Parts: sequence; C-alpha cells; structure tokens
Amino acid sequence: MSVRRIMGTETEFGISVQGQPHANPMVASTRLVNAYASAALHVRRARWDFEEESPLRDARGFDMSRDVADASQLTDEDMGLANVILTNGARLYVDHAHPEYSTPECTNPLDVVRWDKAGEQVALDACRFASVSGEPDIVLYKNNTDNKGASYGAHENYLMKRSTPFGEIVRHLTPFFVSRQVVCGAGRVGIGQDGREHGFQVSQRADYFEVEVGLETTLKRPIINTRDEPHADPEKYRRLHVIIGDANLSEVSTFLKVGTTALVLDMIEDRFIQSDLTVTRAVASLRAVSHDPTLTHLLERPDGQTLTAVELQWEYFNLAKKYVDQKYGDDADDQTLQVMARWESVLNRLERDPMECAQELDWVAKLKLLQSYRDRDGLDWDDAKLHLIDLQYADLRPEKGLYHRLVRLGRMERLLDETTITAAMHEPPEDTRAYFRGRCLDKYPDSIAAASWDSVIFDLPGHDSLQRVPTIDPRRGTKAHVGELIDSSDTALALFSALTR
Amino acid sequence: MAQEHKQPRKSSESEEQVEEATASTDAVTERKEQLDEDIDAILDEIDDVLETNAEDFVKSFIQKGGQ
Repeated sequence: MSVRRIMGTETEFGISVQGQPHANPMVASTRLVNAYASAALHVRRARWDFEEESPLRDARGFDMSRDVADASQLTDEDMGLANVILTNGARLYVDHAHPEYSTPECTNPLDVVRWDKAGEQVALDACRFASVSGEPDIVLYKNNTDNKGASYGAHENYLMKRSTPFGEIVRHLTPFFVSRQVVCGAGRVGIGQDGREHGFQVSQRADYFEVEVGLETTLKRPIINTRDEPHADPEKYRRLHVIIGDANLSEVSTFLKVGTTALVLDMIEDRFIQSDLTVTRAVASLRAVSHDPTLTHLLERPDGQTLTAVELQWEYFNLAKKYVDQKYGDDADDQTLQVMARWESVLNRLERDPMECAQELDWVAKLKLLQSYRDRDGLDWDDAKLHLIDLQYADLRPEKGLYHRLVRLGRMERLLDETTITAAMHEPPEDTRAYFRGRCLDKYPDSIAAASWDSVIFDLPGHDSLQRVPTIDPRRGTKAHVGELIDSSDTALALFSALTR
Repeated sequence: MAQEHKQPRKSSESEEQVEEATASTDAVTERKEQLDEDIDAILDEIDDVLETNAEDFVKSFIQKGGQ
C-alpha cells in the first residue's frame, strides 16, 4: 500500500464578518453554506444521512454515554445546521461555530492535496455567493487559532486495518506526531493557548493539546484521538482520526503531512517497526518542539538519550526507506518515491538551516516573512503587525491572503496547477466510492434524498419508500465499477434498476 | 629554469585564486544585495495588501472554539 490508502482531510475555517467582530459565527457559517448550496448546486439539496454516524464510539472498545458527553461532541444530531454534499463527493457544512469542508475519499497524497485545495476554492466561492447587497462580507481563514484561547481543527482521516492493535498505533505514532510538526507545522505568532507570551512557534495547534490519548476533540485534546467511526465495514476497518495537524496552505506541507503519515501507518500495520522510538512526556515535548523554531530542542528517550525532532524524523525516514526498499524494491510507486525524496531533502535542509525550506513549508515561509519585517522595521514579537501577518497569511482571498501573495511572487513551490484544482471543485476522485456519490449528485440531483459517506438514498418514482444504496466499501463505486453504468443510465430509476437487478 | 617557470606560474595561479576569490566575494555581495532588494520588493508588495489598522484587526479577530 505504501503511501496509498483511503484517506482525506477536514478543515474548519476561521470566520470573520467584516466590521462585526461579535457577529454570531453559527449564523454566518450557515449563511455561507446555504449560499453555496443554492448558487452552485442543483435545485434540490440532498440531506446528509446521519444513520451511520457514531461519534461516541471509542477505538478502545466502549461507547461513551450520551449523558456524560459534552454537547459539542454531539455532531450527529441534526441541529438544523446547514449541511450539503457536493458533486466532487465532498461535504460542506457547519460544525460548531465554523464552516467545515471535508474532502472526498482519496487514495494518494497528491489527490488529498488536490481536493483539499479545491475546498479552499469552494469556501472562497461560498464567501462570494454570500456577499449580497445589505449583508456584510464574510472572510474565511485557513488557520487554527484566534490567539485568544480558541482553537479549531484541521483533521486527517486514514482507513486502517481493524486487526492492527490500537496500542501499537499509539506507541509508534505518538513520537511521530510529536516531531512531524517540523515538517508540516503552519507557524504561529504567540505562545500559550491565549498567546500571552510573545514569540514565534512552529505549530498552530501544539499549545491546545493536553493529553496523550482520548476521545475528545474540543476539550482536553489528545495527541492520539480514539474516535472510531470507520464509515466502512467495522469488522475489517477502523478510521484513524488525526486531530493534531495544522491547517496547511502550502501544497508541499500537505503532501508531506499526509504522505509521511500514510507511510508510517503502513509500517505499523505491517508490524515493521521493532525499535522503540518513544520520547518521554509527549505533551510537554510536543509543545517544546513547537516553541523552538531553531529546531535544537532535545527530546528525551526513556533510557536518557536525547535527540532533536529532526533526528527523530530521520529515524522514521530511515525505517521507511528500509521498508520501501525491502517491500517494494523497484516496484515502489511514483508517489511513494516522491514522498521519500521530498522528506529526505526537507530534513537535510531543516538540519542545515530551516530557512532553506522557505519556499516549501508553511511555518518557514511565514517565519521568513515575519523575520524580514522585524529586520526592516525593528518590530518586537508583541507587535500587532506581526500578529496581523500571521492571521493574514491564512486569508483565503487571493487579493489579500499573504500565502497567495507569496505564490504570485513566485516564492512558494506548487505541486498542482490551478486548472486541476478548479476541476476538483466539481469532479470527484475516480478511484473511490466518492465517484458514485459525486456522479449521482451531479446527474440525478432531483432523485437524491440524502447521502453520506456510506450511502446514497434515492427518491424514485413508483417507489413509496426511499431506496438506500449502501456504499460501505470505500474502494467500490469507482469509475471502473460504475462509470459506464452511470453514463448509460439516463435516470436515477434506470441506474437503480440496473444496480439492483 | 624549471623553478623560474614554476614561480611565475605559481604566482599567476595564486593571482587567479585571488581573482576568483574576489570575484566570488563580489558574487556573494551581489547576490546578497539582490536578495535584500528582492525582500524589500516583497515587503513593499505585502505592505500594499496588509490591513491598515493592525491593532484593531488583531483585536477583533475573535473565534469560537471548534474541534
């Protein structure tokens, strides 16, 4: 499987109503999602089908009681919040007080980058559609904190074999998550949850993590989240829900974040990692690594040996190199080789001088910009202008966002061209069930009553009840499986009859 | 003779080395100046799009917590 597996990302965007800092974010988020739904989609909106959702299921094997659950954990109760499925197979909805975009299921890191970037375009279009006369403009930010105590997530999801013991995942993934921020951190001005200390840190999220393992995502956030809702056959699969990542704008950052994590998961599933890479005091170490942009902080192993986060990443890299050589040899696929080559190159340069990665990695690009301002204008880290640059780096608008400015100035390396990303706003990946979902929504919008990750529900003439087509296997419903069938079925009824014949 | 030949060659070699070294120092200085100019140009561009009242902007960026 290498870097290839079923995976995807979810982004909660920061939201700001121009001129109204205290505007209700739920109302604004709902306005955005509804505006996108009515402007960009066909007449009838398919409802999200919550039947298969179980957010209180825990990977450790028990269910949390609804009575003891915090209200913010109950995402499956349709609270009347806007929620729409797109023709690219993605989901755009309101989660807590933020608009959120979930990519469709993808099979490789580059596709994740593609549909993740398409989500930024969808979100931007939603802002444009919502900006009608008389209503204040809404601006979205792809970041994770307001630097006043609030944090919101950018999650990754990886389908894993159920047979892999969860303890093994925790053991081998925790040190990886403590250290991978040196590659995929997004950078932040401010230290501490409410940013009361001044300075720059590597990660947006590190200060908001308080425990090593747990089910919560909004309070007492854990490095390893145990939410276990596979949206696939639970006998065979679990979905690893990763909540520790930063929201990345850089395509290389996202590519490496997802690609290196997928490789490590492959090694864990294959029981390839024999060595113990544990570092002591994971939560404190996570923060300490983030607080040291010189990347010299020393992590400690249980035997007292010390190493830097980059050195710890090298350990994973060297294991992965051996693993890919042994398992795949010359047959290793192109993206696995690309991930390995970029990972190696970035680690080499981070070790020499992190600034050499300024064209590829979010946190370095941001730090370089901030440092240039400090040098030119003599600014201290508590200066509002530096905080502004941090926020505006993540502004989704191409004319205002500083990431976008750097791209336009030729200062950020890209992996995909704009046309490819724009197409992914409407087209689903062809090699997962997202293809079936997306094509059905595109071709038969009036006949789809609801849909979710694991089903499409049809409302068909001549049928008294709704007809549910389960899509429990993420690898079925691909273009190869159903492409011709959908092409040749003029109506949803024809498709349904062919499918159930 | 051999030595007489060697000497000038040596000196010309070292002159070349000195020239090379000077040239490369010049190149570094030039590159650094170029970089500084580049960074200045970038900051000028960024200045144009930065929100005008940084303090107000940062203060009013208030979010509710999420996941």
